[in-house]
Amino acid sequence: MSILEVGTVKAVEPAVPLVAAPPPPPFDLESHEWLRTLRADGATRDAAIARLHTLLLGAARFEISRRRHTMRHLRGNELEDIAAEAAADATLSVLRRLDDFRGASRFTTWAYKFALLEAAVKLRKRAWQGREVPLEPDDWDIFSSTALGPDAASEQRELLAAVQTAVAEALTPHQRSVLVALAVNGVPIDVLAERLSTNRGALYKTLHDARRKLRAHLVERGFALADRLEAE
Amino acid sequence: MTDRSEIGQALGRLLGPAEPEVGCDVCFDELDRYVELELAGRDVDAEIPGLRAHLAGCPACREEHDSLYALLSA
Ligand SMILES: [Zn+2]
Repeated sequence: MSILEVGTVKAVEPAVPLVAAPPPPPFDLESHEWLRTLRADGATRDAAIARLHTLLLGAARFEISRRRHTMRHLRGNELEDIAAEAAADATLSVLRRLDDFRGASRFTTWAYKFALLEAAVKLRKRAWQGREVPLEPDDWDIFSSTALGPDAASEQRELLAAVQTAVAEALTPHQRSVLVALAVNGVPIDVLAERLSTNRGALYKTLHDARRKLRAHLVERGFALADRLEAE
Repeated sequence: MTDRSEIGQALGRLLGPAEPEVGCDVCFDELDRYVELELAGRDVDAEIPGLRAHLAGCPACREEHDSLYALLSA
């Protein structure tokens, strides 16, 4: 029985007066102006959307110029097409999610991340377009003992062998495929999500579960992981 | 020749971060606030626990974080 059902006046009247949820943090003036104009009607809204689109096109181009060196086979006009698509998709995302903006950052910072995400996802997909996504370990070389130099300590050889055993024995087939694709073969998570008809969040959960199992398997066998693997 | 640090990095990619971490969805939701806090020199780990660990374990979110950070610093 909850304390509110006891029936005395004292119990149903909270000692501390109930207060409404705290007001959201006040938006800075510029963010407030973005929201006001994007929620307005007619020409005001159209002009705000055009400004938003210009802002996001700039962010998409920024992202593409950062990754240009990894996309050498693409011509300039293809990259500009990707920027345009990313800006258009990001503008729609921002307009659709306008009510999600809570003023935790500046509005432009919040909006930028949609453009950067769209551009990054499109570039990763473009880079893997037409390529087979390897779900089996075809790059275990780094874990084979022949790839280890003579300096590698024997404890490290043992750890490598144990990791391979753990991958083979401790994981479900799906966990193994996801782990190998993402963490060994370097397949981008959104590319894999598309091929497996799932989404990024679900795939990361699978990767996370697989990693927990590997760690537990290794710790059970006496390997101390914490002092060795945290450095990035 | 494969050296120790290369092996360490490969193991790090396989085993991921040891600390608790958020998922990709929470990471995206918090990314704008996280980067602004970072740029303001605030203690992001205390204010948004688990996001730094996710960035260490998730290359795609890491890229998006680095891009937003670079864009705001430009
Ligand atoms: Zn992520």
